[in-house]
Amino acid sequence: MQERVERATKASRAFALVAAPVLVALVALPWWSDAGWMRLIAEMAYYLALAQLWNLLAGYAGLVSVGQQAYVGLGGYALFYLTGAQNMNVYLALAIAGPFAGLIAIPVSFAVFRLRGAYFAVGTWVMSEVFALSASLIAVLGAGSGLSLTPAILRQISPDRGGRDAILYLMSLAISVAVCAIVYLLLRSRHGLALTAIRDSEPASASLGVNTFRTKFIIYVATAACTGLIGALIFLQKLRISPEAGFSINDWTVVVIFMVVIGGIGTIEGPFIGMLVYIILRELLADYGTYYLILMGMIAIAVMLKAPSGIWGWVVQRYDVQLFPVGRRLVLAPPQMSEP
Amino acid sequence: MSLLATNNLSAFYGDFQALFGINVSVAQGETVAIIGANGAGKTTFLRAVAGALPTKPDMVMFDGQPIGHRTPHEVVRLGIAMVPEGRRLFPSLSVEENLLLGGHSERKGPWNLRRVYELFPRLRELRHLPAPALSGGQQQMAAMGRALMANPRLLLCDELSLGLAPVVIRDIYQCLGAITADGTTVVLVEQDINRALDASVRFYCFQEGRLALSAPTKNFDRSAITAAYFGL
Amino acid sequence: MEWLNILIQGSLLGGIYALFAIGLSMSFGIMRLVNIAHGDFIVLSAYVALVVTQGTGLDPISSLVIVVPVMFVVGYAIQRGLLNHTLSGGLLPPLLVTFGISVIIQNGLLQGFGAYTQRLHEGAIETASVQIFGSISIGVYPLVVFAVAVFAIASLQLLFYRTGLGRAFRAVSDDADTAELMGIDNRKLYALALGIAMIFTAIAGVLFAIRTIFDPATGPIRLILAFEAVIIGGLGNMWGTLVGGVVLGVAQAVGAALSPTWQILAGHIAFLIILIVRPSGLFPRTKDL
Repeated sequence: MQERVERATKASRAFALVAAPVLVALVALPWWSDAGWMRLIAEMAYYLALAQLWNLLAGYAGLVSVGQQAYVGLGGYALFYLTGAQNMNVYLALAIAGPFAGLIAIPVSFAVFRLRGAYFAVGTWVMSEVFALSASLIAVLGAGSGLSLTPAILRQISPDRGGRDAILYLMSLAISVAVCAIVYLLLRSRHGLALTAIRDSEPASASLGVNTFRTKFIIYVATAACTGLIGALIFLQKLRISPEAGFSINDWTVVVIFMVVIGGIGTIEGPFIGMLVYIILRELLADYGTYYLILMGMIAIAVMLKAPSGIWGWVVQRYDVQLFPVGRRLVLAPPQMSEP
Repeated sequence: MSLLATNNLSAFYGDFQALFGINVSVAQGETVAIIGANGAGKTTFLRAVAGALPTKPDMVMFDGQPIGHRTPHEVVRLGIAMVPEGRRLFPSLSVEENLLLGGHSERKGPWNLRRVYELFPRLRELRHLPAPALSGGQQQMAAMGRALMANPRLLLCDELSLGLAPVVIRDIYQCLGAITADGTTVVLVEQDINRALDASVRFYCFQEGRLALSAPTKNFDRSAITAAYFGL
Repeated sequence: MEWLNILIQGSLLGGIYALFAIGLSMSFGIMRLVNIAHGDFIVLSAYVALVVTQGTGLDPISSLVIVVPVMFVVGYAIQRGLLNHTLSGGLLPPLLVTFGISVIIQNGLLQGFGAYTQRLHEGAIETASVQIFGSISIGVYPLVVFAVAVFAIASLQLLFYRTGLGRAFRAVSDDADTAELMGIDNRKLYALALGIAMIFTAIAGVLFAIRTIFDPATGPIRLILAFEAVIIGGLGNMWGTLVGGVVLGVAQAVGAALSPTWQILAGHIAFLIILIVRPSGLFPRTKDL
């Protein structure tokens, strides 16, 4: 009997066919749309990336961090400091911001990995507060009021406003696609299998030879680095950074967690859906102050109580569909006809 | 009418079915044994009766009332108490505190702290020690005392002899005799077949979640039991 | 003499941090639940007191007569209605639900009261001081707060070790499954636990708001301070939490003496040092985290 291991599903092939032209249209956006749309799509792009990263950390590696905003801020501050006080080229600074955040994550992990579960979560939060407070005390980082990007730095990207908007937009899109691709490929690989095993049962997977500490450590540091790069890009577009904005738990963590939880934690499709839900809710309720956050809080609670796997989890249970298949299915070939 | 009767009792752990249509009845004052190999469903049965496993209301009838849907603490208030497998005394509590906790439901009846210490004099000497400091046999007595403090009409005993030396087991079963002499109804789950049969008037043999054999214990042929036990 | 002063001020600050930590400790000890919204409940108590004092003309400490029962009911209802349903789902549901509650409280307060900072005013006692050892003056108010913390912990110890209810709490904390088999109604007990925890949270919230300004966004820092006091002191030990609070307070006082803006950061650094050097805390009684 012939057997083969299949990765793709019917739905995923259909999805790929639909997704490709959409992606092309998005890439071409600067030529057929305006700055307002570019800004919105860029925002959706980097929120999606942050959500995928948090999902990887919490939904797969079991590291529920409430402190990822630390790396957003660290990446942002690295960019501003290097381009400002150190007069570095903006692209070079961007390239360094990510690895810098990853480097900081190493000693941080030594502290926070001593804690587990919800205590780990609060511990990561404390770390973020430490960075925020430190930033507000360091003069060269602008102390409490923060730093701004000079026009000279912005001109390094492009001499005119339109070109700059387009380039920043395309970079956001590229980062988002790259992060989604990396997460997807990682989860498809045997490392992804290890992660799923760790998520399901850490002692069991350790007894099977999975090096749980090293895996979690690598995921934590890599996620921090990617988050740092995204943070740098976010603040490059915002033009200024301050301790409150850079390390804001509300902007970078609360919203991201809601996206992942409502969309479906532990799935790649989930963050997409959660991000769309968030953006739609926010735009719809824009005139009502922070009521949309209260509503999101209630939805998140309802989802956790009634449908803990989120919207996408519910869809999977109902319709057994996967758009980003990470599993493996054994397909048996039909038996040969035998001669009497 | 029986004090406890199960009707076609089926129970599940998620998707896994552990009990298939068990019919057991226990009359007031009887001591009934449930025997079977590991995984036969004996503890599952006790937990279903005690309310720790949800079942359809009619599947477990106590004193003529359906209790299958009741929560464990409600079942205790109705008059069923459990001596859990492995004793499960509360490690942060002293012996006396464990006993007092057994009386949490404040059911009226003949059992109180003084009577428990009369039945188990050794416990009175040890009463202020933390529960984990006791030997296996002493812990078993404490667990039984704790269940008695709930003044149960029906006592469920899960694996009284587990991990204990034969001399200790003999003492435990003597105490059980004193409890049943008072008229308390007992359902006894045991792996030690001889002990179980010596202490009971009727027995049920479980095999992989099903009832394989049920009969009075007096003069029963042990080889037939062996066959039912192993599903031969 | 300067150092003695710092030590005393820091110790008294530790009293309020220990009061913050009591609710968190109880939640985790009995329900194994880390309430991310804990700090926001502290702030909520302050706002409730604000409403009561403005509405009745009572002073903040007297307003506790109303604030405490209100917060007890809030805690009972939230545990019974919401949190009890998250306990069997593993790590994520309780964490995310309390996270959601935190966001709702913060934004609800923001919508209701605005972002302005507030304070409760108790009057003369806020600035009164008393002289000890001749040349050192201690504020009366911090002394009162510390005494309240000691009294609170002592009464909780009494509850846990000398009453039937406390016995039930300890049993459920040991083995919730068996506790139910012994006739304990776990769901009601958990609700009672959070209600009682809220009593101390309310007291902490009001006492702190007399001393310090608050606004809807100040919940998280209170959660962090409570958390740090618990971790430094060691889990499962209420008196240890008092010591943890004192260590935190003294560290902050040292930082503040160097420069006022260093106060909170100094506390964080002390916490991190303890976390790295002695992760189970100074006086741990339970092993599990």
